[in-house]
Amino acid sequence: MANKQYSYYPGCSSQNGASSSNLMKSVESMVKLLDVQLNEIPDWNCCGASIGYAGGGELPRIALSARNIALSEQHNPGQEIVATCAACWLATREAKERLDHSATLLAETNEALKEAGLVFKNEAPPARHMVEVLIDDIGYETLKSGVKKPLEGIKFAGYVGCQTNRPFGIDGESFENPMYLDKLIESMGGEAITNYDQKVTCCGGALAFSEPEKSQKQIKDIIESAYDHGADMIVTPCPLCQANTEIYQNEVNKRYGTKFNIPVTYYSQLITVAYGGSGKDAALDGHIISPTKLVDIASK
Amino acid sequence: MSIEKYRKNFLKEVEERVEEGQWVKMCMQCGVCAGSCPFGPHWEHTPQKIFMMIRAGKREEVLTSDSMWMCTSCYNCVVRCPRKLPITHIMHGLAYLSKREGLMPKNQPTAQFGQLFWDNLTKNGRVNELKLSLGMYFKDGFSQGIKNAMAMQSVGMGMMKAKRLNPMEILGGHGIKDKSGFSAMLKKAKELEDARRKLA
Ligand code: SF4
Ligand code: SF4
Ligand code: SF4
Ligand code: SF4
Repeated sequence: MANKQYSYYPGCSSQNGASSSNLMKSVESMVKLLDVQLNEIPDWNCCGASIGYAGGGELPRIALSARNIALSEQHNPGQEIVATCAACWLATREAKERLDHSATLLAETNEALKEAGLVFKNEAPPARHMVEVLIDDIGYETLKSGVKKPLEGIKFAGYVGCQTNRPFGIDGESFENPMYLDKLIESMGGEAITNYDQKVTCCGGALAFSEPEKSQKQIKDIIESAYDHGADMIVTPCPLCQANTEIYQNEVNKRYGTKFNIPVTYYSQLITVAYGGSGKDAALDGHIISPTKLVDIASK
Repeated sequence: MSIEKYRKNFLKEVEERVEEGQWVKMCMQCGVCAGSCPFGPHWEHTPQKIFMMIRAGKREEVLTSDSMWMCTSCYNCVVRCPRKLPITHIMHGLAYLSKREGLMPKNQPTAQFGQLFWDNLTKNGRVNELKLSLGMYFKDGFSQGIKNAMAMQSVGMGMMKAKRLNPMEILGGHGIKDKSGFSAMLKKAKELEDARRKLA
């Protein structure tokens, strides 16, 4: 496999000691095992996520992403930007799209960037999601060929969520029933529950915090269906989906009298373990509900 | 200041002052978006209805509505709309205008959380999750804050044990290096947009 290089945008929730630090850790291990090099964008800033609209207008929010793209063009020239957080990917890609379409926004964005000594040259191609690197640049077959410990005997409910899926989509798959996560699971030797009917249901996103009751209804449906289909664990590509479906299970149990206690993992943890990485490499210790079946395979 | 000019034409105001507002007139009222929102039952006015109200000139009713704040940014509507309206962004834009015009509903939790989030990220360039959570718990004052924090204590402790919430962040935490350039950039961006959209 050729050594591939990308300009990496990790995002706030993936920093050390932050809510998705286990995504960051397992992605780092995964890319090493896949011989892919990620060059972090120096001094990157938060993308503003979707919820930023309540505080900042359109132009300040676009400027946030434009600054990251400009820094990437300057320090990692010629490299595609890759994000691991759905919201980061969306914001970065959307900002470029808006700047492509509006001369006014482009001129004003550059006027703002000048204050930080930067220029948005619009040389970099649209930002990509890490999952696209796996599927398009490496491919299922190649991924499969490197598996050392197939994830046999584990049933996964692949929870894609919203923003990894909409509005851009991955690999041209349908918005209502994307199959790429199931295919990734199967490439690693796991069993995918392909008819998991809540795979693109919204968990409430940032509103899990401000509208807990309404979001926990969503979260309940997502988890309940995983149980109904006999899943051993849920797997997701999105750090906010992961956090929302894992950390609120107790709250949901209190509210609905359920007894949920199902682990929620990342695709990067599956690949790291299947490629022979340790539980520590896969950050399996970074969970509130331990994915014991994955831990067992990792320690074999 | 600016309202006078638009007194008789709210659609025109939306086109000029709201993010992606120029799309509103393209809506053909098919109703597909109305069934797409995850918090559907809690929307007093669906996006479809909001677009209709804009065309009917119902400025006050739209800008004081609680509905835009129910948007989870799930993009269900965007991928389904036959006219390809960027509905999500129009909802964000309307919510932002209502805030700038001082018309948003009082104590709207998502409006409050979103503002805390924005203030948090613009301060250091990156989000400090601990301060963000504490800010949310304590927004209603100290004793309610303690109650809220106690209610979520099991979540917080679990996150700390899993090394995913760092108590030391209260002392500062993550941030970017070029804070002054970053702040100057955002200040400029706000000035430019406020002038173009006539936001006081
Ligand atoms: S989406 Fe979240 S994690 Fe990603 S940069 Fe933005 S705030 Fe930070
Ligand atoms: S499922 Fe939830 S966290 Fe994931 S993208 Fe949707 S709103 Fe965001
Ligand atoms: S789906 Fe599109 S065209 Fe149909 S009502 Fe909604 S915004 Fe209008
Ligand atoms: S993005 Fe907002 S408006 Fe569109 S379906 Fe989701 S919640 Fe509704």
